[in-house]
Amino acid sequence: MTNPNGRFGEYGGQYMPETLMNAVIELEEAYNKYKNDPEFNRELEELLTEYANRPSRLYYAKKMTEELGGAKIYLKREDLNHTGAHKINNVLGQALLAKKMGKTRLIAETGAGQHGVATATAATLMGMECLVYMGVEDMERQKLNVYRMRLLGAEVRGVPTGTGTLKDAVSQCMREWTSRIADTHYCLGSVMGPHPFPTIVRDFQAVIGREIKKQILEKEGRLPDMLIACVGGGSNAIGTFYDFISDKDVQLVGAEAAGKGIDTPETAATINTGSVGIFHGMKSYFCQDKYGQIAPVYSISAGLDYPGIGPEHAWLSDIGRAKYVGITDDEAVEAFEFLSRCEGIIPAIESAHALAYAMKVAPTMDKDKIIVVTVSGRGDKDVAAIARYRGEDLHE
Amino acid sequence: MSNIAKAFDHGKAFIAFITCGDPDLETTRETVIRMVEAGADLIELGIPFSDPTAEGPVIMDADKRALDGGVTTDDIFAFTKELRKTVKVPMVYMTYANVVYHYGAEEFCSKAQDAGIDGLILPDVPFEEKADFEEVCQKHGMDLVSMIAPTSENRIAEIAKEAKGFLYVVSSLGVTGTRSAITTDLRPMIELIRENTDIPCAIGFGISNPEQCRQMASLADGAIVGSAIVKIVAKNGKDSAEPVAAFVKEMKDAIRDL
Repeated sequence: MTNPNGRFGEYGGQYMPETLMNAVIELEEAYNKYKNDPEFNRELEELLTEYANRPSRLYYAKKMTEELGGAKIYLKREDLNHTGAHKINNVLGQALLAKKMGKTRLIAETGAGQHGVATATAATLMGMECLVYMGVEDMERQKLNVYRMRLLGAEVRGVPTGTGTLKDAVSQCMREWTSRIADTHYCLGSVMGPHPFPTIVRDFQAVIGREIKKQILEKEGRLPDMLIACVGGGSNAIGTFYDFISDKDVQLVGAEAAGKGIDTPETAATINTGSVGIFHGMKSYFCQDKYGQIAPVYSISAGLDYPGIGPEHAWLSDIGRAKYVGITDDEAVEAFEFLSRCEGIIPAIESAHALAYAMKVAPTMDKDKIIVVTVSGRGDKDVAAIARYRGEDLHE
Repeated sequence: MSNIAKAFDHGKAFIAFITCGDPDLETTRETVIRMVEAGADLIELGIPFSDPTAEGPVIMDADKRALDGGVTTDDIFAFTKELRKTVKVPMVYMTYANVVYHYGAEEFCSKAQDAGIDGLILPDVPFEEKADFEEVCQKHGMDLVSMIAPTSENRIAEIAKEAKGFLYVVSSLGVTGTRSAITTDLRPMIELIRENTDIPCAIGFGISNPEQCRQMASLADGAIVGSAIVKIVAKNGKDSAEPVAAFVKEMKDAIRDL
């Protein structure tokens, strides 16, 4: 779907400082060399299976289905992967690629901490140095993941600039990368940034959708009617959608973080409230003011608290192939609690945005319809924050 | 020949950067006028951006102070037009792609031209992405300035061949900011540039004292200083014009005989 210049329709591109251009070109060349290399793919497959616990389960959520009384709901259990989220799929791919390129050091941004934990894990496994940038606000929200990364041997640096969240961590990673390129790979965590990142990350996450297709055909003998995944930058969503893009009867729905509502300034719903711009290396939709200053976005979820969205999603939205809906903090927290009580599965607050949409839409659909919701991560990291949201004085 | 060339037609050029609206536009106005009196040959006016990914902490903080003070792109157009009545040296805007794109490149460049701007520097628009911006700049009599970095290597020739106005040579890896020493071997880069273009080239990033300024200007056609000036503004606030002018004079004096 990517054209040679890394464009999805008009979106994407390589809006990077000249200092980094040869680095992204080198990355693209290495990726093109290794993506079809049997030995590379064998090593990656082995890591995904033996280390990361793939394939992840496609679980029929019988109680949830009965409770909601409509479409049949399956959950794609990315929360059961090693490190507890889909992030490991991309990180193992990029770390292996970086190693083949002779890099000895990984740098990464993280919001909720899941990508940072996955990167720290892969770096340790492959004997690489690891530096993770995290907004100071997010470090406060996700203290446990900060400790986890340090436990895994990574250095975690707080980013106090801007809103002290994911976008500032991405900016700081880009700055760090310009100062040290020769031995360092920037292990970007989502389908965003300059080409070739949106393509590389999508390809490494596409395993989610490939497995869904195989598993649902085994279980139901047909494709689902709807796929739902949460969207910040959009990596688990594009991973879920990608293999189904040409299956026109499968509806693709991305759940964006609406925060306190898409009609309030405290939101991170990029497609619903943003406009086209150029930032963090790509042309896409961004939350911004009339002068193109990036807006300080908000969501209860540190992983979705980002003012942009991957360029392929921008394109899928424009051409009407995928739909993007806003889910508020309240709705996400309700879904977080619902799945915990109903199925005994505590989802990440990010994934709870996707579940919240399923809770809205499933009752409106016939019982012979099938929905697959990607549970992108597990919610252990969010328990204390949700308790506080509910007014309990619980601290990690 | 564009207006920018005039900055280089009487010896080595001293190029001074300042963030518009830090701490307010009146201070920026006084400071620019005094910098020109002190010998600055070209002025880079920074339009602040919320998330300047190519900047180090000094210019990041300046952008924040300016935006917190409420300055907008429209304010800066009006300010520049007024400033143009006094300042005769070439002036360019330095900002980020989104500030121009979201305003509408056509409208942005039309207003910049009307305000008397001669060129545009967009550090997040590399060779591969420049076409859209360059075409609109040319239409409005401005040059889109190209950058060359220590990592450009095999890209130097193609960038230099198409470069307009002047070439901005980035002295070091990393973001903007003052450096105690510049360790890149710039001579072969400059030679390769010279083989591919006749337009002037100026070196920037990390230059903070007269010795470095002299060293860099002797290699190229000029030196660009940003963070060192912005640091003086950060320290002196509304009283920046005098100390900045003294600094610019010292820097320019160090390269007058080259």
